[in-house]
Amino acid sequence: MTHDHQLAAEQLTLGYADRTVIDALDLTIPPGLITTIVGPNACGKSTLLRSMSRLLAPRSGQVLLDGTAVHRMPAKELARTLGLLPQSPLAPEGITVADLVGRGRQPHQGLFSRWSTADDIAVAEALNATATAELADRAIDELSGGQRQRVWIAMALAQQTDVLLLDEPTTFLDVSHQIEVLDLLTDLNRARGTTIVMVLHDLNLAARYADHLIALSRGEIRAQGSPSTVLTEKVILDVFGVSSRVIIDPVSHKPLMLPIGRHHAIAE
Amino acid sequence: MTTTTLGAADIARHRHAHATQRRTIIGALVGLVIALFALSLMVGQSFYTPLEVIRVIAGDDVAGATFAVGRLRLPRAALAVVTGLSFGLAGVTFQTMLRNPLASPDIIGISAGSSAAAAFAIIILGLSGPAVSLFAIVAGLGVALLVYGLAFSGGAAGTRLILVGIGIAAMLDSIINYVLSRAGQWDLQEALRWLTGSLNGTTWAQVIPALVSLAVLGPALLSRSNDLRSMQLGDDTAAALGVRVERTRFIVIVAAVGLIAFATAAAGPISFVAFLSGPIAARIVGPRGSRFLPAALVGAVLVLAADLCGQYAFGTRFPVGVVTGVLGAPYLIYLIVRTNRSGGSI
Repeated sequence: MTHDHQLAAEQLTLGYADRTVIDALDLTIPPGLITTIVGPNACGKSTLLRSMSRLLAPRSGQVLLDGTAVHRMPAKELARTLGLLPQSPLAPEGITVADLVGRGRQPHQGLFSRWSTADDIAVAEALNATATAELADRAIDELSGGQRQRVWIAMALAQQTDVLLLDEPTTFLDVSHQIEVLDLLTDLNRARGTTIVMVLHDLNLAARYADHLIALSRGEIRAQGSPSTVLTEKVILDVFGVSSRVIIDPVSHKPLMLPIGRHHAIAE
Repeated sequence: MTTTTLGAADIARHRHAHATQRRTIIGALVGLVIALFALSLMVGQSFYTPLEVIRVIAGDDVAGATFAVGRLRLPRAALAVVTGLSFGLAGVTFQTMLRNPLASPDIIGISAGSSAAAAFAIIILGLSGPAVSLFAIVAGLGVALLVYGLAFSGGAAGTRLILVGIGIAAMLDSIINYVLSRAGQWDLQEALRWLTGSLNGTTWAQVIPALVSLAVLGPALLSRSNDLRSMQLGDDTAAALGVRVERTRFIVIVAAVGLIAFATAAAGPISFVAFLSGPIAARIVGPRGSRFLPAALVGAVLVLAADLCGQYAFGTRFPVGVVTGVLGAPYLIYLIVRTNRSGGSI
């Protein structure tokens, strides 16, 4: 039921006020895969993600979804194909899980929100897929951080988009919840073929969960491709300015990066 | 990991239960508005039966009642409903959009701006009718822009916007006082109208512009209520859900300020109705569901009930704004104390 959508940036230039963050960037997101964007703070990762979901208009160039510039598409039509979970969404006081997840159906509804059976099915599926069904009647304010993040992802799932962008979905979560969220996104990709693009801070988790890894620095792509070609000692030094040792992760057989600080040397 | 799963039928059952409850609440509020409206037509210096009232409305000539009900009570009750709906709807719109119960137009100076402009137009310039509404709407929009501009120039919003608004409201109140003091005949009723709001001496000429504004802007606002509800999740989330955030915000501000301005030009800034309606509606409908229509109805109930109280509950007759002011002030204090205690921003 999902279709592969082509998401790409062409000569994309982005910035805020008098500061240019990204200059003439070309980028193609491989359809049907999990793409992870990594890079140092303020390298333009979030800016890029916001522009791909038309939250930020480009200064020049364009973001193309299946060949159409997203900034010229009708807002609701785009929202039925491409979803975004921002870094810190706000939950109105007292809102219940089921209600919040139901908000994800808005792009599928008319002016005065007529609910249909399709909406009910989408909400039920989203709750089940994220294991938040048992929380359906609880208020968001009472949930733990991990539960809350699963609910937000459920809302994005209820939107039923074939492309899903997530801005640091694991921030503020402990390791078990980080794994839980990333496993959930992998399930979604494997089961529905949803194209996933996310920004992550943890390089090792990024390498483990990504099919396609993009290393961004100062608004430029410094390396992209499979995690084993991107996460190398040379690229890490170039992008983050950190010396490191990269070994093979015995669990996932993906690259595992070990940073070397001033107080530690490599003991051969 | 949990094994609980839900089917579409479970979700639908939930939704139907909620929809039924909501219909009941809205039905009850509409019933209350109608009952209070009818009561306002019946009681007064002399009591008229429902039958006599209906005959007057139907156009029959009923001794005494035709004047008292048709010329005095009907426009007054109609204006109570129209201003109540307008203030209630505009108030909940601002509170929802700015995500703060204190950010209602009567707290952040918009009502005071419209009131000062209307008082200036009527008392100093001697204008009447649509020209007064025009003054009120331009001033209301001007104040909205000014508060927005001053609060957002530093980046941070929220608390700043409210504090800036309170300051501007205080300045505008002093302008109203100045305008009133310049008037040759210092009429207490007139003064109270522009300071707290009053329905005394209402004529159809005052009702019509406010009614037209409500008929046009009310549906325009209600049609945006889903977009506004999405914007409660943050601008980025709303945009990702297909809401055109900037455009929605613009339409909604203009429509809400328009409602405030026309209602204020007719009856003055009836104290705290915009401020109280949203939170009361929220208490009634709960966190689920839209509170826009319920808030408008609560506004109408408040104005009708407060005007009845003001006229007949005490020895002296008080204008409606004095009564709503008495209700609103303690709630304002409660809100500020509560937010202080929870340590949050306003």
